[in-house]
Amino acid sequence: MIYLDNAATTLKKPPEVAAAVVKAMETMGNADRGSHGGALAAARPVYACREALKELFHAPGADHVVFTQNATEALNIAISGTLAPGDHVVTTDLEHNSVLRPLYRLEAERGVKLSFAAPDACGHVSPSAIEALIRPDTRAIICTHASNLTGEVIDIEAVGRIAKARDLLFIVDASQTAGALPIDMERMGIGILCFTGHKGLMGPQGTGGLCIGEGVEIRPFKTGGSGIHSFSKTQPEAYPTRLEAGTLNGHGIAGLGAAVDHILKTGVDAIGQREEMLMRRFYEGVSGIEGVTVYGDFSGRRRAAIVALNIRDMDSAEVSDILSEAYGIATRPGAHCAPRMHEALGTREQGAVRFSFSYYNTEADADAAINAVKELAEG
Amino acid sequence: MRRKKPALVIAFASTAHAMRVEAFCAAAGLPGRLIPVPREITAGCGLAFKTLPEEEAHFRTVFAQEGIEYEGMYTVDLWG
Repeated sequence: MIYLDNAATTLKKPPEVAAAVVKAMETMGNADRGSHGGALAAARPVYACREALKELFHAPGADHVVFTQNATEALNIAISGTLAPGDHVVTTDLEHNSVLRPLYRLEAERGVKLSFAAPDACGHVSPSAIEALIRPDTRAIICTHASNLTGEVIDIEAVGRIAKARDLLFIVDASQTAGALPIDMERMGIGILCFTGHKGLMGPQGTGGLCIGEGVEIRPFKTGGSGIHSFSKTQPEAYPTRLEAGTLNGHGIAGLGAAVDHILKTGVDAIGQREEMLMRRFYEGVSGIEGVTVYGDFSGRRRAAIVALNIRDMDSAEVSDILSEAYGIATRPGAHCAPRMHEALGTREQGAVRFSFSYYNTEADADAAINAVKELAEG
Repeated sequence: MRRKKPALVIAFASTAHAMRVEAFCAAAGLPGRLIPVPREITAGCGLAFKTLPEEEAHFRTVFAQEGIEYEGMYTVDLWG
């Protein structure tokens, strides 16, 4: 199989990830539950992973790295734990349902008001389009770093400057960029960074989290066992315990730690450049084919390693199925949990076929996909 | 026969803070280890760092320099 669905999850991981998970399953007790050898054998890799993520994202401290099951859980915690009734939020049409649905829920339950920055014809959202929607009652800007449909990147450093100047909370969904594009919470003015462990970070599924900026207060989404202050009726105040009720996915986090160590050693820039090279090679190969429509701006702006396309008016589901069955190429058709972006691109009915690349893909993978698209377009 | 001896016990607001101290002390060659929080400090559960009472001033200085967070330092008689 040629796996080009890395925006959904990376299939191939650095070899040390599986080794770390196996070791964890053979040695770990419960992190944060006691001080015997097994408990510490769990607590140490969990803490080491916090340190590695702090370094990767320039978070204020390892204790401000909170683990969750995925980015969706992190975004739910960030969004529901910071917005109050009547708050206004500026977000974008590029968002995934993991941002949209928590916001729609708060719109219905707390009267939170929403404004959406629309993309231009290329699918790009400019910082000025976001700034133009800010009102006196705006509390937060919530946006993705990159569209999971087209790979368009939002200039979060510029958005962060806007948020800082207006004293707004800035929440970033880094699901499509963590590990492949540089993220510096401090320099970019990010209040809460939400990430998943199983995509660009190349860790196990069931891992993710949020990094919390200095002075940002988040109400707990869940309460329960914390390993400390058992007689208190409320969740302990200190991060990360405040947001981590219940046993962590220690085995997965051990794997994520190994993955992040690998990324720090390899370098985010080296990983990102390789992914971008593969993505652009594929784009160059398919963009001139008659009958192929590619979505997004490939003029040179930095983007995530995603190419979304359609072939004439063929159903994207059918195209993806043929790619899988006849060519052994794994892609993702349909709506990609990005309803507003599909509305903006006019692809609500047809969907789109998404090709997404990872560090471990090869030039031969990209070329095989180009040839398959060419054959399908030729009919 | 096992006897109680005074120990310096450092308590934390979060296990992550305790883990930071363990990693820091190991790297800096400072003595001590993680233990369950003794009941003299707080009822419940959690991790504390146990070390030598004569090191208290040194730990306070180093922690202040490094910005290491802790809830309190206590001298407690402990077994072992």
